[in-house]
Amino acid sequence: MTTRRPDGLTVLPSDEAPADATLVADFTADLVDVGEHHLCPGCGEPIAIRAVMDGLSLLGLADRCMAVFGIGCSTAFSNNLDVEVLQALHGRAPSVATGVIRMRPELAVFTIQGDGDMANEGLQEVLHAAARGENIVCVMLNNGVFGETGGHLTVTTTIGQRTKNSIEGRDAAEHGHPMRIAEQLAQIDGTGYVARGAVNDAGNVARTKRMIVDAFTAQQQGLGLSFVEILTMCPTGWFVPTDEAPAYLAETIAGTHAIGVLRSELA
Amino acid sequence: MTTRLVEGSEAVADAMMRAGCRFFAGYPMTPFTEVLEHMAAGLPELGGVCVNAESELEAVGMVWGAAAAGARAATGSTGQGLSLMQESISEASMAGVGFVVLNMARGQGDYYQATRGGGHGDYRTPVLAPTGPAEVAELIAEAFDLADRWRNPVVVVGDYYMAHTWVDIESSADAPAPRPAPGWTLDGSSGGSGAAKLVSPLGTTKQRDGVGYDLAAHYDRCARRRIEMTAGITPRAEQVRTDDAQVVIVAYGTMALYADAVVNDLRAAGHKVGLVRPITLWPFPEEQVRAAAEGADVVAVYENNAGQMIDDVRLSVLGAVPVVGLNGFSTDSSAFGISPDVTVENLTGSILQLLDEHSGDPT
Repeated sequence: MTTRRPDGLTVLPSDEAPADATLVADFTADLVDVGEHHLCPGCGEPIAIRAVMDGLSLLGLADRCMAVFGIGCSTAFSNNLDVEVLQALHGRAPSVATGVIRMRPELAVFTIQGDGDMANEGLQEVLHAAARGENIVCVMLNNGVFGETGGHLTVTTTIGQRTKNSIEGRDAAEHGHPMRIAEQLAQIDGTGYVARGAVNDAGNVARTKRMIVDAFTAQQQGLGLSFVEILTMCPTGWFVPTDEAPAYLAETIAGTHAIGVLRSELA
Repeated sequence: MTTRLVEGSEAVADAMMRAGCRFFAGYPMTPFTEVLEHMAAGLPELGGVCVNAESELEAVGMVWGAAAAGARAATGSTGQGLSLMQESISEASMAGVGFVVLNMARGQGDYYQATRGGGHGDYRTPVLAPTGPAEVAELIAEAFDLADRWRNPVVVVGDYYMAHTWVDIESSADAPAPRPAPGWTLDGSSGGSGAAKLVSPLGTTKQRDGVGYDLAAHYDRCARRRIEMTAGITPRAEQVRTDDAQVVIVAYGTMALYADAVVNDLRAAGHKVGLVRPITLWPFPEEQVRAAAEGADVVAVYENNAGQMIDDVRLSVLGAVPVVGLNGFSTDSSAFGISPDVTVENLTGSILQLLDEHSGDPT
């Protein structure tokens, strides 16, 4: 039976779909091997990974790029992409990417890390790589928790946000203040492009894809380290119902970590 | 070929570049610092790269990336700096990424750090301990070959004495071209082909193969590869007059230079003393040590620490002959160099005392 959703979309039952329609369940993004993933329902990371892959596809960089993955939920994609992947340790991806770009400067080298990986375990790595002006793209998927361990406090966890080790909500007096990572990167000479996007709604996904394209464009122009932070939903780690996670992101996470372009050396 | 008088650190750096090393990253720490200086000076004109890493953690990460991108790559440090690198050294072993790590030690307190490592997981690293510039050149080249052959980090042990003693080296003007990138390494080109390459400490099976990461199977492969590597590396040791020795000294690195002098002096005086100098610290030359100990009254392990290599010697001799430790030396006030009580005279006295104690033993 055809239904009409509150947002205006018409939803057809699958047996009434036109013969040439692509069903969501059948859809596999470009440069992703297997469309089905094993992350939690409502997770924002697959959308963010797809945005990165779409950007590479659009720029025709698939056979001239290399991903360096950190350790976290997004590692679920390090063996599921049709681009070359070098898997690094937790926190160490920017240094590993440095070794790659120095030996193969012609490549579009990029890192994929979560906030726990990049900002807790290895913050100095991305800061130093930025200051050296390494010509790489660093992507931080920021959901404000260690998602893989089941939702624990990271340095980007916002005030009031509940995590398993700040169960009544992050209290600055007890748990310290959240760090704004994109803002730190933006003030470092040596960065070519710094932006923060999100994947909580279609508009933000489209903006984030443009950020990814701009970041790789800056990398291709040799402008130094480009950084894109992507706010991603983690309903499991936030203890919110799956369908409420996008709104929680907009109201809570993005209130501290503001979406927008912070620096661009692009002409 | 020309002969040049250079600081030991430059001899190390020269050997690295001649072995095809084209990426180096390091963080200053004596006595590793001067190797870093010479690599920073020499690599750019060879088309290579030396990065002054902001920390040892970052240095070893960079080397991991450069090696996976096809370069012969190396880093190093001393003591604490190497402690910081252990996580990456062990994980790179699981990822099958080979590179060379210089352990420019202060004294010999880091024997266990070098031969066992402080990292996680079921890994080992081959460990080579050269003395003298010719052997430095030979073993550094061998270290890179082993890193390529076994896709595993390889440790080369030096020390303060090696780094700061000026030596003659023979060198031709041109360094040989580096070897081509091995087939497993990444250059980006397989992307978009439907079979993009993956280098990962979690395994190399991809989700499109219907399996994804299978950690149990991967770690099992890693363990079998380590067993194969252990069997595939021939342990090496230098034997000095061990045939009829009553006292067999076992010493490596700079301590072996003292022991060598003592053996020569005591032999000239008619005493039956010999030396085994392990050249590979891992795999340890068990067979050579066992053979040298056969028929001896006592085995004396001379090391500049409180007794570490003595455990490997005991495992080699397996109780057949008494094993005593000549160790427990103080370190000098800077903790950088050779202990003040490490002298030919002191070692001679210790050996003469052992000869005296065992003079009544049936042999």
